[in-house]
Amino acid sequence: MELNGYHCEDEAAAETEEEESVGEKQQWAQRKESAAPRAGDTTEKEADAPRASASRERLPSNSMPRQRTDSLKKNRPPFPWFGMDIGGTLVKLVYFEPKDITVEEEQEEVESLKSIRRYLTSNVAYGSTGLRDVHLELKDLTLCGRKGNLHFIRFPTHDMPAFLQMGRDKHFSSLHTMLCATGGGAYKFDRDFYTMADLRLRKLDELDCLIKGVLYIESVRFNGHSECYYFENPTDPDLCQQKPYKLENPYPLLLVNIGSGVSILAVYSKDNYKRVTGTSLGGGSFLGLCCLLTGCSTFEEALEMASCGDSTRVDKLVRDIYGGDYDKFGLPGWAVASSFGNMMCKEKRESISKEDLARATLVTITNNIGSITRMCALNENIQRVVFVGNFLRINTLSMKLLAYAMDYWSKGQLKALFLKHEGYFGAVGALLELLNQS
Amino acid sequence: MPRGGSLTKLAYYSTVQHKVAKVRSFDHSVKETEDDPLYEISVQEEITARLHFIKFENAYIETCLDFVKDHLVNTDTKVIKATGGGAYKFKDLIEKKLKLKVDKEDEMSCLIKGCNFVLKNIPHEAFVYVRHADSEFRFQNTHPDIFPYLLINIGSGVSIVKVESEDQFERIGGSSIGGGTFWGLGALLTKTKRFDELLQLASRGQHASVDMLVKDIYGGAYGTLGLTGDLIASSFGKSATADKEFSKEDMAKSLLHMISNDIGQLACLYAKLHNLTRVYFGGFFIRGHPVTMHTITYSINFFTKGEVQALFLRHEGYLGAIGAFLKGAEEDNPNQYSWGENYAGSSGLMSVSPELNPMQRARSGTFDMLEMDRLERQLVNLPLLQDPSSYIPDTMDLTEDAVAREYWLFCFEEALEGVVKRAIASQPDLPQTRERAEKFSQKYRHKLQTLRHQPFAYGSLTVRSLLDTREHCLNEFNFPDPYSKIKQRENDMALKYFQKAVKSLESLSWEQRQFALVKGLLAGNVFDWGAKAISDVLETNAGFGFEEAKRKLQERPWLVDSYNQWLERLKGPPHKCALFFVDNSGIDIILGVFPFVRELLCRGTEVVLASNSGPALNDVTYSELQILTERIAAMDTVIQTGIKEERLILVQSGSSSPCLDLSRLDKTLATVVRERHTDLVIIEGMGRAIHTNYYATLRCESLKLAVIKNSWLAERLGGVLFSVVFKYEEPPKYQEETHQ
Repeated sequence: MELNGYHCEDEAAAETEEEESVGEKQQWAQRKESAAPRAGDTTEKEADAPRASASRERLPSNSMPRQRTDSLKKNRPPFPWFGMDIGGTLVKLVYFEPKDITVEEEQEEVESLKSIRRYLTSNVAYGSTGLRDVHLELKDLTLCGRKGNLHFIRFPTHDMPAFLQMGRDKHFSSLHTMLCATGGGAYKFDRDFYTMADLRLRKLDELDCLIKGVLYIESVRFNGHSECYYFENPTDPDLCQQKPYKLENPYPLLLVNIGSGVSILAVYSKDNYKRVTGTSLGGGSFLGLCCLLTGCSTFEEALEMASCGDSTRVDKLVRDIYGGDYDKFGLPGWAVASSFGNMMCKEKRESISKEDLARATLVTITNNIGSITRMCALNENIQRVVFVGNFLRINTLSMKLLAYAMDYWSKGQLKALFLKHEGYFGAVGALLELLNQS
Repeated sequence: MPRGGSLTKLAYYSTVQHKVAKVRSFDHSVKETEDDPLYEISVQEEITARLHFIKFENAYIETCLDFVKDHLVNTDTKVIKATGGGAYKFKDLIEKKLKLKVDKEDEMSCLIKGCNFVLKNIPHEAFVYVRHADSEFRFQNTHPDIFPYLLINIGSGVSIVKVESEDQFERIGGSSIGGGTFWGLGALLTKTKRFDELLQLASRGQHASVDMLVKDIYGGAYGTLGLTGDLIASSFGKSATADKEFSKEDMAKSLLHMISNDIGQLACLYAKLHNLTRVYFGGFFIRGHPVTMHTITYSINFFTKGEVQALFLRHEGYLGAIGAFLKGAEEDNPNQYSWGENYAGSSGLMSVSPELNPMQRARSGTFDMLEMDRLERQLVNLPLLQDPSSYIPDTMDLTEDAVAREYWLFCFEEALEGVVKRAIASQPDLPQTRERAEKFSQKYRHKLQTLRHQPFAYGSLTVRSLLDTREHCLNEFNFPDPYSKIKQRENDMALKYFQKAVKSLESLSWEQRQFALVKGLLAGNVFDWGAKAISDVLETNAGFGFEEAKRKLQERPWLVDSYNQWLERLKGPPHKCALFFVDNSGIDIILGVFPFVRELLCRGTEVVLASNSGPALNDVTYSELQILTERIAAMDTVIQTGIKEERLILVQSGSSSPCLDLSRLDKTLATVVRERHTDLVIIEGMGRAIHTNYYATLRCESLKLAVIKNSWLAERLGGVLFSVVFKYEEPPKYQEETHQ
């Protein structure tokens, strides 16, 4: 930022903004006389937009004057704060656990709210399928002037009825909270939320939420660490390793969200983006095919099998057809010529293991996403690609493959980036909307 | 010889010895008697070149090699060209069996060479696939410039190739998700081994039970993005469970959609990146399979919002073999010739839809062939075509017009018996005439049956293609010219009246004469053995004469009547040069055309008479016309002078069809037309001016005239039997402006 004159403009802009803020601040100050100047500063930023507030969250604000919290109550949604992303396969839930609750507040707090907080924060598993990704928890986060931890929870979409039942049992509706939800399920289950749990959903566009979530988490960083990372030496299996990446001046970037299906977005600024294309060959296809081919039933199982398998026994490689490299077209012998191509032959079908099949499925789906992404990057003239989505969860195999594919086929022109909170950005975006709109 | 996953395609070149009818003028120094025929007809052996392409399953490789071995006798071939991944696999076997060195050719360059060859030489090679349309195949015109294009070859994997010129192409991308993925993954999922069976399964399945659709996630459409509820959000997204069974059909269908959509999407991304709109699909995944053609078409439509059409090729399966062959034959330079698909020897495009025709399908799996005849000349566009890229010779597309198709198929089937009789009668002295005629009859009847089920088998079905197929079948069984004797007799007879006809015309006033000349042309055109109504009359009433024909003609105003404009035009300056596509022998050419030509010559217009290179029905051939012209010149000074001063010249059209394709004409004809600044084109007869070229737009004046000798057609055009079409046209106005 300090390196060139370009930044000076930025600063100038920031200053202007500052001035305007001052004016606004005065207005605020008039209305809320008791507001401390410093706190007031934070306030109107929050009211402005969660994105803007994001940059402020890192400011240390240890001692919150009591009055402030009170005065802000009207500008802040009541607890609990949830953001929800109901996808085709998984429901992603982010929950903000306030850690700065005063004694007074605690006394006022209704029992149902307490019970929800306790239930969510004292468990890592909910029911038979709900899970909290403890390792992703964002600690000491300041959101909307409140300090707390952000929890990341997921459960399969088919368990939505159980979730609604729980909401009903815990009298969620009595909290009069607004539930912000995105993903297709926000629309699909809209009525169920109302009829089963007496809850009204605020439905949000999933791509808006995704981008907001990505930009926010990237900006607050991951408990002091970089949220974004890449693979160094992607073409060398021995030297390939994960490295933090500083995503400054992120635009334009290609955002590839690999959930059950895949969406590819070109992002030009924080609110200028377009969906370039998508493919139905996504995480759902990997798991769906793996279940059919190997009889497994979970993503974890499928990945576990894939990690011990050998896809080259299943796939037909260039060298299987041409005896080596196909030089004329610059195709290396190791490249896959036909995914599952060897399975055309009966003998080979009988000689492979379930693990080989799982591996081949993973490689097929991953490489295909890679090549569509690469074509989009070329068509949109974008060099940086950020891959997100739960397909990448605990899936280093795919990430390395993507990193490799981007680098190799673009001759080093394209960079594959990944984010630690993989599939949660939509839910985070929904939470931010909750805080933004009140 | 390219060898893909399971089929071997063999291309070979043969010289075919077959009978041709020759006419030879008698020595005129000998005093002729009244009974002497005009010229001598003989059937001779001629050798022509033919390209054969055969396709069969790899399982029959040994049988195939035996076949090749048998056909290698007396050749000094040392090398066999092979391409395709499997060329390695069978290299030793081939070398051992044939004692030939296997020369492996690069697969992709063979494919491209073959693709260029078929796109250039086979009309209606490319088509768009429209499922559920009355004809699923919409054939494309051959564009004069076939480049640049994108070829997406879907074999076991996918190759995406950009072709910019004859020798310039580049593999710009590819994908490993291809036919092999469908087959391999499909076999694993459904325990079904054969590719065809997998496709059958897929065609019966419901993918929505396996795929996660947008509506499964959203409950409906994803409105803001314009994604409809039925769109697949995640292929196999619903099968991510251990406790549900899925039907083979549904899984196969889901897999087919997954792969087709994926390929379509990549194709579109590449087409967009390289700014290409002509995208051809090939490879075994596509090869005549309606199911995959449909899914690919759908996908391309979806991803380009209809901006790019998926194009398929009739002879796609042979591209590699054709290319490998052409590489081997480079010293012969097959590109200097034009080639024509032999309808008799080619099996045609098959509907592989198993429900439609199981017998055909079984055949297509194991054996299929294509034959291309070398046409001893290069065929080019008539330089006078207004827009060669949009020129469609045929007036009616029977592939799309089901009613017309029914009628004409019936019509040709009915006429078959007569054709057989005539064929037998034409060769009283040759051996096995009856047997051969019977075989011809079977073959043509079978072709008609095939066309009834698969009208698209040889491109757009037209009256022209039905006529041409008949000619090809006749030739196949050595009936090169069944009408030779009839033509000879009629020419002979008509010549006797020539001077009388000219004399009576000369006695008329100018204006009367112009009308009489046109009437003569029309009356002459009634004498057509190709038309059933007339052949019946000619058959029963040998004395049916010129005058009678004139009486049969419709009175003016004719069905299409621009005679007044024509007459006005004649009052103006003479044309520089007229190109006249002639029709029938006998009265038509001698008493109709020649007097008309004579008048043109007298007006100061040069005349180029274009006649068929080879026989078709009773159409006058180039060699017959040479003799006739010589004879007429001997009795008429105008014609004689015209010939001597080269103001009347004869050229061959390059065709052996009763119809006329102005985009495939002898190169010499095109040169003459250009050199002589031809400004009038006359097209005569039903075949050339009604069945074809009725709507052809030329850059000069044109005269299309014919007598409708078919009541069904006459009715369709709003007239009755023997209605007259006299269509005089000036070139479109804007053209003149740009010329000025």
